[in-house]
Amino acid sequence: MKPSFDILIVGIGGQGTVLASNVLGEACILENRTVRSAETHGMAQRGGSVESHIRIDGKHGSLIVPGTADLLVAFDLLEALRYRHYLPAGGKLVVNRNLVVPTSVYQQGIDVPDEESILAALADLDVTCIDAAALAEEAGSILSQNIVMLGAASGDIPLRPETLEEAVRRCVPPKTVEVNTAAFRLGREKGAGAP
Amino acid sequence: MAIRYLLGNEGIAHACLEANIDFASGYPGTPSSEVIDVLRVQKERPFTVEWSTNEKVAFENALAAAWCGVRALCTMKHVGLNVAADPLMTSAYTGVTGGFVILSADDPFAHSSQNEQDTRRYAHFARLPCLDPASVQEAHDMIRDAFSLSEEFGLPVIFRPTTRICHSKGDVDLGEIGTEHRAAEFRRDPKQYVVIPAHTRVLHKVLNEKQPALKKRLVELGYNRHTVRGRTAVVASGVAAAYVQEVLGDDVSLAVVGAYPIDEEWLADFVDRHDKVLVVEELDPVVEEAVRQAATKTEVFGKIDGTVPYEGEFTPATVAAALEKAGMTPTVVFPAAAPVPGVPPRPPILCAGCMHRPTFYAMRKVFRDGIFPSDIGCYTLGLQLGAVDTTICMGASITVGSGIARSGEERPVISTIGDSTFLHTGIPGLLNAVYNGADMVVVILDNRITAMTGHQPNPNTGMTATGEESTPISLDAICRSCGVSWVETVDPYDLPVLLDTFRKAKERRGVRVIIAKQPCVITARKSGIRRKAYTVDLERCTGCGACRSFGCPAIAFVDKNATITELCAGCGVCADICPSGAIVMEGRR
Repeated sequence: MKPSFDILIVGIGGQGTVLASNVLGEACILENRTVRSAETHGMAQRGGSVESHIRIDGKHGSLIVPGTADLLVAFDLLEALRYRHYLPAGGKLVVNRNLVVPTSVYQQGIDVPDEESILAALADLDVTCIDAAALAEEAGSILSQNIVMLGAASGDIPLRPETLEEAVRRCVPPKTVEVNTAAFRLGREKGAGAP
Repeated sequence: MAIRYLLGNEGIAHACLEANIDFASGYPGTPSSEVIDVLRVQKERPFTVEWSTNEKVAFENALAAAWCGVRALCTMKHVGLNVAADPLMTSAYTGVTGGFVILSADDPFAHSSQNEQDTRRYAHFARLPCLDPASVQEAHDMIRDAFSLSEEFGLPVIFRPTTRICHSKGDVDLGEIGTEHRAAEFRRDPKQYVVIPAHTRVLHKVLNEKQPALKKRLVELGYNRHTVRGRTAVVASGVAAAYVQEVLGDDVSLAVVGAYPIDEEWLADFVDRHDKVLVVEELDPVVEEAVRQAATKTEVFGKIDGTVPYEGEFTPATVAAALEKAGMTPTVVFPAAAPVPGVPPRPPILCAGCMHRPTFYAMRKVFRDGIFPSDIGCYTLGLQLGAVDTTICMGASITVGSGIARSGEERPVISTIGDSTFLHTGIPGLLNAVYNGADMVVVILDNRITAMTGHQPNPNTGMTATGEESTPISLDAICRSCGVSWVETVDPYDLPVLLDTFRKAKERRGVRVIIAKQPCVITARKSGIRRKAYTVDLERCTGCGACRSFGCPAIAFVDKNATITELCAGCGVCADICPSGAIVMEGRR
């Protein structure tokens, strides 16, 4: 039995992966559980590919080894593809139906896979695909996509939904508590119902 | 007091508050920056906090505070310690009265650095104690107690966290913030503080005599500890010790080295009790060299024999592989998992609306055959735009530029350097270039802030670390007083004027300085500046791709036509680049 539940959250610098991982960390504190996590800071942050490792009940290092993650949450389809090797065969992926083409693709004329081919390349995983932008708009702000994604993944995370909601309230800016709470709930409903 | 979910650097900062710190200085550098960033905004313990102009300056300020008897901290990244190495080496001789801790954060894998140097080598070089935490909690506890250790031995203490300590988070058990403050008093003692030869020879002997007791004390304090469980053993240091614990069987002995210098007797006693020892540490084989020296008949595995990698950072998988190579069985077998090939890379990139982009664009447009030495900051990302030919260390853009110009290379040299880097170590290079008659252009990328490390203020910002107003210095006046007669300040969002300024510079000889001045787009947004976004008039867009070469992340291409995404910050430079006039401000035609 694995001693920790390991979640990798990936996305693009500026999409709020760190905030999402902070919510999970706070929730662990609220449930009196140990936690270890690792984040991307500094140069890699500027619009680049970013990753947050969160190990619920972790007691040692903060890094997850490829092939052993219990859950991958991807804020972008291309990033899901980039990090899918962190999951074991058939592992659980919750992914935003969103594809930001890297600027270098236009500059260097690199081929970029489209949405369908990425989803096809991920089809051997247990995939939940979420339209986070639409749900975030419904919650009241496009900026709440990260919390929508967290809500959508929450059914697969061994933390109580009430604790996660409380952690959302503690981590987001005070003015956005209502929007983000709504975002979490919308994401959670969708995550539970999605194929 | 409380268990909180904290970043390693936040835990470190809190521990300094618990230890009754009265002075903190530093120069920003990933992964160390958040320590001062936490201390400078916290309101619970009032004391002196400053962002200094460079690491040597920060070091000497903090050292002086410790000479006055107060507890002082100085922070930097590993390469910053190179800049502060001059005072470091001799501070071991002078010693301190107030506790003095030097935080130098190492960056295995060079996530955000120009090399993978190991601060522990400096500790050995200077004969200073060095603490090397294995976890966020240990980082907190070690630095809290490091001030007492410093006072006990009268020596500065080096504290060496790595990226995966500084930028890891975890549940941290915190103590109460200290409320005691010491009255600073400089006690005149030339034999201690004036290192003329007659004094320094004595001080050197004193430093050497402190070593044996120091080594024993680091064992007593539990920083260097071991458990004997079998005939094979692992010796691990720093964060690698945490990875070892994740995969180590309970029949293998473990020694954790968390502090240097290592007591040789303690180490030899442990090594001697085993047939085989594997040493696991990131960066240099510092512990391994000590183990090999201690071993009489024990077989030693590590970097030197190729069992453990020299470069990069470790994971539990690295450790498991090393254990297998050394003939020890890890408790976890990790699957072979490789990334999917062919996924387009997404490297970090200058922000949409970043002032560096038009500056680089204009520079390359005017100086097509130019050589472009550059420096350390966000603008190093100009590499992707073909605007960065060299980067070695802080301030070296100007000196490398003048060296190329005076080597006989005939192509024009245009050096680019940020405002904070210019103030850090750029000025002596400019002075030297003027003095020795170099023929070059220096572009100061003046975004008013130290952006890459998290937007710390500098003397050019008009605000101190603690938020008090300061007199903003004049870069123009600094350049002129260095002897530069042609200094032009220009708004990089105004592309025609920017191009014209570069053309004027091209016509002249000697050292010419262009100051491209525009606030960082992130700080501008935070301070409430909003510019109207731009859009593409599809009737006029010919799909020529001229805007593509600008490399802005807000410009995408759909069906061969340019389109501007919601990332647009409204700098408007692409509108000047488009030859068809197809890029217009939203709501206008």
